[in-house]
Parts: sequence; C-alpha cells; structure tokens
Amino acid sequence: MSIDLKTIKHISKLSRISVDEKKAEKLAGDLNSIFEFIEKLNELKTDNVEPLTSVAKTTLKLRSDKVKSKNLREQVIKNSPKENEDYFVVPKVIE
Amino acid sequence: MSDITKQSLSQLVENIKSKKLSSSEVTKAFVERSEKSKELNAYITEDYTNALNKAKTFDEKPNLDLKLPGIPMAVKDLFCTKDLRTTAGSKILNNFVPTYESTVTQNIWNEGAILTGKLNCDEFAMGSSNETSFFGNVQNPIDKNLVPGGSSGGSSSAVAAQLTPITIGTDTGGSIRQPASFTGTVGLKPTYGSCSRYGIVAFASSLDQAGPMAQNVKDCALLQEVISTYDEKDSTSIDFKRNEYSKELTKDIKGKKIGIPKEYRVDGMPKEIESLWKKGIEYAKDCGAEIIDISLPHTNYALPTYYIVAPAEASSNLARYDGVKYGFRAEGENLIDMYEKTRSEGFGTEVQRRIMIGTYVLSSGYYDAYYLKAQKVRKLIKNDFDDAFKKVDAILTPSTPSSAFKIGEKTNDPVSMYLNDIFTVPVNLAGLPGISIPAGHDAKGYPLGLQIIGNAFDEQNILNIAYAMEEKINFKNNITDWWIK
Repeated sequence: MSIDLKTIKHISKLSRISVDEKKAEKLAGDLNSIFEFIEKLNELKTDNVEPLTSVAKTTLKLRSDKVKSKNLREQVIKNSPKENEDYFVVPKVIE
Repeated sequence: MSDITKQSLSQLVENIKSKKLSSSEVTKAFVERSEKSKELNAYITEDYTNALNKAKTFDEKPNLDLKLPGIPMAVKDLFCTKDLRTTAGSKILNNFVPTYESTVTQNIWNEGAILTGKLNCDEFAMGSSNETSFFGNVQNPIDKNLVPGGSSGGSSSAVAAQLTPITIGTDTGGSIRQPASFTGTVGLKPTYGSCSRYGIVAFASSLDQAGPMAQNVKDCALLQEVISTYDEKDSTSIDFKRNEYSKELTKDIKGKKIGIPKEYRVDGMPKEIESLWKKGIEYAKDCGAEIIDISLPHTNYALPTYYIVAPAEASSNLARYDGVKYGFRAEGENLIDMYEKTRSEGFGTEVQRRIMIGTYVLSSGYYDAYYLKAQKVRKLIKNDFDDAFKKVDAILTPSTPSSAFKIGEKTNDPVSMYLNDIFTVPVNLAGLPGISIPAGHDAKGYPLGLQIIGNAFDEQNILNIAYAMEEKINFKNNITDWWIK
C-alpha cells in the first residue's frame, strides 16, 4: 500500500490542518514508512477475535446530574484568543 | 544546608516532621538549584515566588500529619494547574490558563506539597526524547546533549538533577518508564484506572495514566499512595481497594514467581541490555524469587497496534484545538481557513503526523482494516498477559532497547524513534502496572533500567519486588553537575 499526495490532501482536509506541497511530500514519505511498519498486523488472523473495548472489567457508575462547579464564565472567556463581552468571536460565517 | 537537595523525599519528609528542616528551607534549596540549572531546560513555567510564599505560610502553622508536609514539587506540564499556565509542550496551548485543577495534582497539594513549576515534555506527550516540545530540548543531567527520554523528559531530568525531590509524569506508551530508565531514576506506570485522568491534557484516553517518578522505590510508593484515588470525575477511574503502598512496602519477596518472556529478546538488542537482563534475573533469584520462562507470543505486534490505537484516539482528542475558545489562533479568511491555519501553525510536526495517521485509520473505508484490526490484536496481547499471570506473579524485562541517545540522533526517522517503546507499549495496551528501576550502566556510563510488570491492581507486588531488587542492585547515579557554572 502506498499513500499518495492526493490521499495526504484528503486527510489534511479531514484533519483541518493545511499542508503545502513541500509538507505534503514529507508527510507522504513519513506516513508510508509508518504504515509499512503497521502492515505487520496483517500477518495475524483475527477473524474470530473480539475487539478489545476496555482493559478493565467495570461498568460505568451513575451519579446524580448536579452542577457542582461555580460560574466561571469570566475566567473561561479570558482564555479565548478573541472575545467580545460574553461571546467567543470567530470569522463571519453568514453572508 | 547545601545538601538539602541531595536528600530523598522520604528523608525530607522525616526532617520536616521532626522540625529539623522547615518547608521554607527545603523549598528555597530546590528553587535555588533550579535557578542554577536553566541550561537543562527542564521547566516550561517557573512558579518560584508563589512557592516560597506558600512554604512560608505552611511554616507558620505546619500540619505535620500530612504525607508530603511542605514538600516542594514541580510537575509535568500536562497536568492542569488552576491559575497557572498549562501548555502540554505545545504552541497551541502557549497561553492557556486552566480554571480547574487536575485530580492527581489536587491530591498532592491536599497532602501538603507545594507547586514550584511546570516541567517540559514532548508536545501533547507525543515523543520519546522530549525533542518535540515547542519549548525546546531538555538536557539529560547524565551527559551534555543527551536526551532525557520522553515524553516526561523534563520530569526525569528534574528528578535526576535534584531540582525537585520527586515528580509526576504521564505514560501512554512508556513516557514515564523510558525517561526514568534514561536518567537512572524510578518510574511507575500504574494500572489503567488507578490514577484519575481528570485534568490531564488527553493524548490517547484508553492508554494514558499518571504516575510517580522518583529517586528510589520507597519515595515512588509514597507518591503513588497519594495520587491513586477513585474519582467520579473520570468515568474510567476504578473503585478498587488501594493499598497503603509505602507502609506495606516489604523486601520479602521469597517464593514470588517472576516470568521471563522469551519474545522480549528482540533482534539486534545490544549485548549490554541482554547482560543487564541476565544480571536482573540473578538479583531476583538472590532475593528469593523463583524464575519461570514464559511466552507472550504477540509481543512483536504491540508497537504496530499502538501506532494505530494511540494516533486514532489522539486525532479525536486533539480535534478540540480549533483556535476558538482557548489557545493559539492564526487568522484566516473564513472559519475553515482559520481552523486549518491555526492547527497547521499551532501543532508541531510529530503531532500533525499522528493526527494524520489517526484520521486516516479512522476514515471511511479504512476503519475495519486498521482500527478494528488493531483492537482485535490488542485483545490478543491482553490475553497473552492474562495467560502469563496464571503462572507468575510478575514479569521482568529490560525497560528500553538501548541507553539514552544524543539529541538529534533519531529525529529524522519516526519509526526508529517509535522502537524505543518496544518493551513498554505492551503494558499500556493491556492496562497493567509497570515500574522501571535503574539497574546498571552501559559502556558509556549511561544508566539502564529494568522493568517489572504486574497484574492489574497489583502495584504493591511490583513495588515490593522493585524495593527488594533495588537493595541488591545498589545503583549509584553519576551526576557531575556539569551544567552548573
């Protein structure tokens, strides 16, 4: 199997990471060597193996649905790269 | 007292409890040594002034019943610390100030310890040499231009160089045990579910665990006792009966059955590692343990499995970094352009590579071939361990396939970097506890570690074996303070 530049562009779109030609070529090389290494798994027959979903044999605990933290709006908003009073600001999405 | 920083955590606790030392004296000593050690680049964020003030406050009304009374401690910068910048070693979180505290660090402060700063690590804990950090390489105190291991490289460097008496790291595929091995220190990766993941910047959620990194096994047991609690804020936290690890620590391991897995004798393994392992077997026998040959037949498939599962989970976890609510933002022509530029400029090369691998293996048409396949193989790997633990109490292996390497030596070849974790990754995949203890030196004088793997929830047992072997090994770390002018 080989990952070509078209596939890299597709993955980059899905990952929301922009890549230029130079970076795409480097990534294709790296990913191909990594997948070559990963392909080793195909040596194993796993048709009748149940996939592992959790390492621990536990069931999820239930808890009451109560608000425990204080209102931290101000501190939370402070971390935003762009703010406008009580809102997060993003580039315009509606024309 | 110039020798304060040379004392182990247990000695410092004893000296503070018996009022021979104050928290201020101890904190000042570690802060001063840290200030003289900037060349190691172990810290990302220093919080010395606050630490000294907190020590003063502690001394005014010292609560000496606590387990870590007034002990200064720096922690890996992957743990969210309320009101103190937490970066995960990434540009994208360069200016992030958490509004909450991770459970593990909260447990530490509840026992009286004092935060001195945040320690360097590979970006989002993705790396084995601390070279992927946005904040630069970390020096291994063992030798100049030597990597301290990763991803908890700032933590291993800081403990080995005695900038902090003890610390915590996180381990997704070896990130506590490998750096411990590279720096001649002790590192424990607990059972999955033992330490809460709440407030730890997520990498691969089914593998991530926090754990102690220390100068010796006793200190390691003490910190494990403090950080391991059931936490309802982490849905994978497990409510099991936890031991008082340091109190119950014993060197009596007579009759313990220790397995030696033949599959860990990998091709091209340096002779030094092979002979270290043989010596380890002898030490274990000297302690009264019984050695049993075992087989973990799917060992060779652990790394390829890991490099599907971990990037898949990472690609999902790191989707939250979009430049909207926190962290770095690059301006774009529209929303999508802003996302793409933010993530392209905000993440480093290795993180982008892993997000891409993860996105690919989860993408339509490839899920069954990669992710599902990997989860099936993961089951086989776990079955191997389950079978082994029917016959033995613990498993002994080398921690790493080599000693620490030079900065820059492996950065151009991701696969050769990944091979560092060949002995540690299976333990994460199976959710088991593993501890690395220093066990010898190679020809260059660099430390080498041995790993003891236990059954789930059996931390006490591997700590006991480590404690017994530590005495026989009698390892001495050779730190020359070369970075202090």
